[in-house]
Amino acid sequence: MNIIVCLKQVPDTNEVRIDPVRGTLIRDGVPSIINPDDKNALEEALKIKEENEDIKVTVLSMGPPQADMALREALAMGADEAILLSDRAFSGSDTWATSKALATAIDHIGNYSIILCGRQAIDGDTAQVGPQIAEHLGIPQITYVEELEIIGDKVVAKRAIEDGYYVIEGKMPILLTAIKELNEPRYPSIRGVYKAHEGNRVKNWSAQDIKADLSNLGLKGSPTQVNKSFTPPGRSGEGEILSGSPKEKAGQLVLKLKGKYLI
Amino acid sequence: MDFNLTKEQQMIRRIMRDFTEKEVKPIAADIDKTEEFPRKTVEKMSSHDMMGISIPIEYGGAGGDEVAYAIAVEEISRACGATGVILSAHTSLACWPIWKYGTEEQKQRYLVPLAKGTYLGAYGLTEPGAGTDAAGQQTTAVLNGDKYILNGTKIFITNGGQSDIYIIFAMTDRSKGTRGISAFIVEKDSPGFSIGKIEEKMGIRASSTAELIFQDCIVPRENLLGKEGEGFKIAMTTLDGGRIGIAAQALGIASGALDETIKYVKEREQFGRPLSKFQGLQWIIADMATEIEAARLLVYKAAYNKTNNLPYGKEAAMAKLFASQCAMDVTTKCLQLFGGYGYTKDYPMERMMRDAKITEIYEGTSQVQQMVISAAVLK
Repeated sequence: MNIIVCLKQVPDTNEVRIDPVRGTLIRDGVPSIINPDDKNALEEALKIKEENEDIKVTVLSMGPPQADMALREALAMGADEAILLSDRAFSGSDTWATSKALATAIDHIGNYSIILCGRQAIDGDTAQVGPQIAEHLGIPQITYVEELEIIGDKVVAKRAIEDGYYVIEGKMPILLTAIKELNEPRYPSIRGVYKAHEGNRVKNWSAQDIKADLSNLGLKGSPTQVNKSFTPPGRSGEGEILSGSPKEKAGQLVLKLKGKYLI
Repeated sequence: MDFNLTKEQQMIRRIMRDFTEKEVKPIAADIDKTEEFPRKTVEKMSSHDMMGISIPIEYGGAGGDEVAYAIAVEEISRACGATGVILSAHTSLACWPIWKYGTEEQKQRYLVPLAKGTYLGAYGLTEPGAGTDAAGQQTTAVLNGDKYILNGTKIFITNGGQSDIYIIFAMTDRSKGTRGISAFIVEKDSPGFSIGKIEEKMGIRASSTAELIFQDCIVPRENLLGKEGEGFKIAMTTLDGGRIGIAAQALGIASGALDETIKYVKEREQFGRPLSKFQGLQWIIADMATEIEAARLLVYKAAYNKTNNLPYGKEAAMAKLFASQCAMDVTTKCLQLFGGYGYTKDYPMERMMRDAKITEIYEGTSQVQQMVISAAVLK
């Protein structure tokens, strides 16, 4: 069985700062990491590999050449194969063009049973790429997976919702998006680090390699564009401090809320 | 000339930092208090090939280089000097001499499980009467048929009582002086071998420091490491490498202390502004950062030389001399910047200062390092 894990290299937002004028991330000197939710997706794939026979885990990423590092880390964690989609033709892609490129690459890899993605990337927070890949490929999807079981050619997943969860069964091939509750990602092994850096462990694929339709890629293939990003000013509404005994204050509060038709 | 770490070394630093933040730092203060040996942490380190980083893959290690190993000790010691020395003594003092001097059978039998972390290792040279004067060994080994019979006592043995395998030095021929010393691989369950006093220490309290007692202890003849009479050479060359580990530990303690202090001085306010805005304190921070960077370069240089089969004895001694003094100096100043809080156990500074002190003492005191360096410089 083949599992494909999509992962993205992102700036470590614990250390990132925002340019106050341009509203963009200051990436200089900020370490790059594997997007945390994607690490959970990879961990789940590696767990499935450990618990079952004949599983191959392929990690796939679209990004600049330096995203190679994230893929090598995935190899050091235990992935079998790594593919980096890197081409100027992909640059400027929005989530639709990104998911289209990834879906085309997945088609090109072929013969997959499970695609695992992280819920969302910490630098964009859209949570769109995973679900869009499933739509492009015409396969079922279960998002926000916090528990997963493989039974024959089916998966049974606990899908987290705000105040509970669904238990959903789906037939492979299927796409799943992982949340951090799914598992605790392992550390890469030191021996794995060295193996991951041997020769050409990361395959580089261009747009041509996956026979992608250029009109679907990059800025051209992106139906959305970011015109401006900014940090909204803090709200300046004045608060009101109630006075009196706790009982009196509770009474006043209830009256005020009723007055605003909030209760 | 290239000061950049390789991609592998950079990744190993990130992994070790992540591991340390999640697995080592949260328990460091506790195990210092209780003196509990961090067995679970060592198991986790083993399962990620951290206990034999610089040992070749065919002997159970990770196949890495000495710089990567130094980085690993440094990163762990940033949060816990005790866990740092467990790794250092195990790798440098137990794995390395078997790799360097052991027979193929000894490597398969002992090095493979050591480098995998299945076994923990220790090194026994120091005796009550043979500290800096390591040549004054009183422990004896007498060949009797196909066995050696060991008698004597070792003290201050790091990982003592916790280890499965001990590299032990003993006199096989007293008439030959240092050329009469031999090295042995001793299993923990050898008849006549027992653990004596466990030291209660000022720092690195979660690491075990024990007395080893040999009373007609039987060691099979095939466990002689190297040849008879090579023991002193094995002991000294092993310590040359061990000093890189201890220098890395000292570097880690210093750099961990400075990072904690930088966070603190940015938050702590006096006279209406953060401590970091006072120039007098900025200068102390600048000096500490410079000292740490100098120590780091010395440590990595010695490790680089060892990896590349260049002479490293003097370099390792310089690295250890400088880095250990740096650790003591930096932790003392950092504690000063924390003020009264630094003197309490609510903050890690007093522990780091206690942990730093030993780096000026073990695997050769600072004065021994000066002897090694001056001997090389004045020859």
